[in-house]
Amino acid sequence: MFEEKGSELPDFLVAVYRHFELQYPKFHKMDYLSKLGWLANEILLQDVFDKEKYKPEDIGIVLSNANSSLDTDIKYYETTKTIASPAQFVYTLPNIVIGEISIRHHFKGENAFFIAEAFDAGFMEQYIGNLINNNILQCCICGWVDVLDKNYNATLFLIEKDKSANSVNFTKENLTKIYQLQNG
Amino acid sequence: MDKLMSDLKTQIIAQLNLQDTKPEDIGDDQPLFVEGLGLDSIDALELIVLLQQQYKIKLSNAEDGPKVFKTVRTMAEYITAHQPQNA
Repeated sequence: MFEEKGSELPDFLVAVYRHFELQYPKFHKMDYLSKLGWLANEILLQDVFDKEKYKPEDIGIVLSNANSSLDTDIKYYETTKTIASPAQFVYTLPNIVIGEISIRHHFKGENAFFIAEAFDAGFMEQYIGNLINNNILQCCICGWVDVLDKNYNATLFLIEKDKSANSVNFTKENLTKIYQLQNG
Repeated sequence: MDKLMSDLKTQIIAQLNLQDTKPEDIGDDQPLFVEGLGLDSIDALELIVLLQQQYKIKLSNAEDGPKVFKTVRTMAEYITAHQPQNA
């Protein structure tokens, strides 16, 4: 879909932003974790997602990663040696990326961010399945968004209660298969 | 004053990561917040940091913030009046 060979994460993020001709000035103020998750979500939802089908409260976000907000925590800690940066401080929680996505699309449903050593498809199936089966959510964006130094990875899934033409069943096996396909 | 206002515009863009904004896009008397440049409360804190880092000025009274950070011109006037060497 998009390739920027040899670029470091900051350049890659800006290149993706420009490639998809996105217009959102606040993007430039986000930390790398939020930029990565925000961009991945833009790409996930483009063309295929009709949010008009749902009430804002019906659309949730459940994300996970291994390094929490550590990438930004370290950068913020460095600023505290001189003058602490408020703009860095506000990103010293991993779930801020969920907030940025929610603000962008006016999603108001249940959300959570979990820290785990690796993407846990079984946990996602159980947790999100519970939210959907109990009518807490009709739709959920879920997946893995992780950044630490030069390493980064974002793999997102769109889970909808109602099946569409090209959808696959929401199972641990399918999540695992797609995740592995994307990540080798 | 003109040189200081020009410097401030460049510094504001860098400090606040306003990557789609050029110095010439910011008017001397254009409101920085809400209807003008659209800055928010975190940006206000970053402007306080900018004053400290670039001009060694600490905003002594937080209630002065809205007046000081109203426009680039009001910031320049405050800096001119409060720079340590002018104290």
